[in-house]
Amino acid sequence: MQDLSSDLPLTFQNVALCAGATKILDRLSLAITPGAPTFIVGPNGSGKTSLLRLCMGLVAPSEGSVRWGGREAVGPGRLAMLFQRPVMLRRSVAANVNYGLKQAGLPRSLRKARMEEALARVGLLELADRPARRLSGGEQQRVALARALAREPELLLLDEPTANLDPAAARGLEEMVLMAAQSGVKIVMASHDLGQVRRLAGEVMFLVRGRLCERAGAADFFDRPSTPEAAAFIRGDLVI
Amino acid sequence: MPDSLNAWQLIISGDAALYAIVRLSLAVSLSAVAIAVVVGLPLGAILALTQFRGRVALMVLLNCFMGLPPVVVGLTVFLLLSRSGPLGVLGILFTPLAMVIAQALLVVPIIAALTRQTVEDLWREYRDELTAMNVGPAGRMATLLWDSRFSLITALLAGFGRAAAEVGTVMIVGGNINGFTRTMTTTITLETSKGNLPLAMGLGLILIALILVINAAVWAVRAWSEQRAG
Repeated sequence: MQDLSSDLPLTFQNVALCAGATKILDRLSLAITPGAPTFIVGPNGSGKTSLLRLCMGLVAPSEGSVRWGGREAVGPGRLAMLFQRPVMLRRSVAANVNYGLKQAGLPRSLRKARMEEALARVGLLELADRPARRLSGGEQQRVALARALAREPELLLLDEPTANLDPAAARGLEEMVLMAAQSGVKIVMASHDLGQVRRLAGEVMFLVRGRLCERAGAADFFDRPSTPEAAAFIRGDLVI
Repeated sequence: MPDSLNAWQLIISGDAALYAIVRLSLAVSLSAVAIAVVVGLPLGAILALTQFRGRVALMVLLNCFMGLPPVVVGLTVFLLLSRSGPLGVLGILFTPLAMVIAQALLVVPIIAALTRQTVEDLWREYRDELTAMNVGPAGRMATLLWDSRFSLITALLAGFGRAAAEVGTVMIVGGNINGFTRTMTTTITLETSKGNLPLAMGLGLILIALILVINAAVWAVRAWSEQRAG
């Protein structure tokens, strides 16, 4: 029987997304199911961000349908998303996490413990009272991760969250994402850092010009890419 | 208030009539700003966050009302509140309450228009994140207003400046009645026309000093809280 409260599997059926006359995404049919982290890779402009925004329900498809656990609406609080540039509310770090918890409908009496647990998880508990906007980019992204994970999502979407971070901060965030994945959160992450994909991915969806070019387990994708485009991308050649 | 004295002597001697005038001026302008905040902040936020027919027309109208001539507002309120006007039964013409209402009408467009701009700009930055967190319309409004609080203080000060500086509306709807509806600006007008320039000048300086003090205090609070909230 279908679990009514679950947003998974997340299915795309013949989805297209248009902006004016250009098709950003075209003829996408796929399903995202619980399991190892799924990475969306592809050159710039291939539609990675748009695909994640569709998954989050931030935009509606121009054609086709997106369904969350069979339903046409996103379940409240079961999905969370990390953006390339996190938005920190003009409040303390703790208040930022609390805000997310309040929106998820968690009773006030439970928020403090959950907030502290989430901040401890990303190693920022000692900064709880600091203004969130004063933190470094890496720390802000960790606050955003804490805010997302505190809501105990079933599916966490990440849009190149390490793109603006230095390598050390990026590795730190990677470890936290990996820990979340191990605790059972389904990760769907866009990345153009192939090293990162190798380290974290369970499977890879390779997008080229808005089309799903290849989908494979991470090891297969890197060792035996089945399309010339994927092979060229992995070699670091230009994919047009 | 004896004309022969200048304003400084009045201040030093603690002249009761002068203090009553200063108190009334502040009370009227601050009340008008308070009312305008209650009306203008939600109005601005609604304009920024909702789409409806006539929204653009309303925005143009609001921006246009920012430059509304005070005497015209005064005249309109006068006609509404006069004995034979539609609100004449209230019997509040030539009272401080009428002055507050008239000044609030001057300040609402300023606060609403500046709020709309500020909230709309912030919404562009927050939209994805708040949508991803499932924040409803009322929550969005509250969050955006709260998070733009430091910018909104400027809107508040602009509104207060307009109220404290204007003379046209309070003169018309208040009537400049000695000891009852006489404010600093109406007194300055009156004393100038009587030729008592030193007193008019002195009162002008007091008015400027008061506005300066209030602005400085607000900026200090803003700087302090911005330091804490980032």
